Amino acid sequence: MALLETDPMHQFVVQPVLELPTLFGIDLTITNSALFMILTTLVTSFGLILLTGRGAMVPTRSQSIAEILYGFVADMVRSIMGEEGRAVFPYVFTLFIFILVANLLGMLPGSYTVTSQLVVTLALGLTSIALVVITGFIKNGFGFLKLFAPAGLPPVMYILIVPIEFISFLSRPFSLAIRLFANMMAGHTLLKLFGGFVLSLSSLGAIGIAGAVLPMAVATAVTALELVIAFLQAYVFAVLTCIYLNDALHPSH
Amino acid sequence: MINFSESTWLVGQAQPHGEASSDPAHAVVEHAAEAHASGGLPQLDVSTWPGQLFWLAVTFTLLYLMMWKVVLPRIRNAIEERRDRIADDLDAAADLKQKADDSSAEYERLLSDARAKAHALALGNRAEVDKAMAAEAAQADLEIAKRQDAAETRIADMRTKALANVETIAVDATRAIIVQLTGTELDDKSIQSAVSDGR
Repeated sequence: MALLETDPMHQFVVQPVLELPTLFGIDLTITNSALFMILTTLVTSFGLILLTGRGAMVPTRSQSIAEILYGFVADMVRSIMGEEGRAVFPYVFTLFIFILVANLLGMLPGSYTVTSQLVVTLALGLTSIALVVITGFIKNGFGFLKLFAPAGLPPVMYILIVPIEFISFLSRPFSLAIRLFANMMAGHTLLKLFGGFVLSLSSLGAIGIAGAVLPMAVATAVTALELVIAFLQAYVFAVLTCIYLNDALHPSH
Repeated sequence: MINFSESTWLVGQAQPHGEASSDPAHAVVEHAAEAHASGGLPQLDVSTWPGQLFWLAVTFTLLYLMMWKVVLPRIRNAIEERRDRIADDLDAAADLKQKADDSSAEYERLLSDARAKAHALALGNRAEVDKAMAAEAAQADLEIAKRQDAAETRIADMRTKALANVETIAVDATRAIIVQLTGTELDDKSIQSAVSDGR
């Protein structure tokens, strides 16, 4: 079992926690991944409701945290999209807070990191891009397609530019998804790896324990780094979504 | 069928481990090996995707609704209420400051008025006092002059009276001297003329 626990990839395995029947061809079983998605939603919702309290005129310390989070995302949306960003602010905030809380919950020992699942990050990326496409067509109709044909180029160039722009647009959801997924997976693999070193070395006796000091220090440092990355990746995902949405609002660059 | 327990990865990754066979999930070795062959990472096991997508859709939608309808309005209301309150308070403060400035100006005006009035009053008073003083001084002068005149008259009277007395005394003394010296009694008339001549 000790060997099992030190396997750095084992932590990403999706396992059933509560078996549920299959409905319409979808297995509704609550897996560890699903469990932590549910936890993310519950912790975020009730956490923020508790933090805001009764909305005091002079904010309490906890209320300030909620207001700082709100202000942080609101400023980001406003600085990129201006007042037009108001409509998508709830989505961007939800996206940011979901990824942030999922990342941070994943930092708890023994927990599961939802954002290290490619299918989850891919779904989030595709949702963002779907929103971009929908917003683009609603706001600009077929003018949205100008996104692929920047104005002011010699006509011949469009033969080259349009396919490039189109491919770069198609790659956006994947770059969003893979950036988050790879960051979370790499960080947690690294943590597990160094944690595994510590465990295996310290089982070798006194010399092993002495040798385990270095990997322990590295694991500690990586933990701190991971906390920064947890925030940073949520921020990057939200910022890029805002930028893509702004492109959809103003396709003619 | 998602029965992707911990043995799955172990079997895929580390086939030689003998103890894996004692695992109850041994039956899924074939499936696991297949899943492993398709990817290599547990995340690439596509059989777990529909369930994850379902729960992600449910939880993310719920979270979105919670944020959109409950949490964000709460925070926004608190922030806006505070902003409005601060703006109101600032307005009220500006009003009060204006009022204070007005009062201060009014006070200054009243003060300078009072000062001017006091000055005017002081000027008027001095003139009156001066007039009164001059009048009294003139009165006093008049009185003094009157008394001086009276005194001078009295002095002149006394002087003439005294001079008259001196002649009588001189005559008496002369007679007494002549009587003593000669034994003759001269009449007053001659003595008087002599005294008058001698003078």
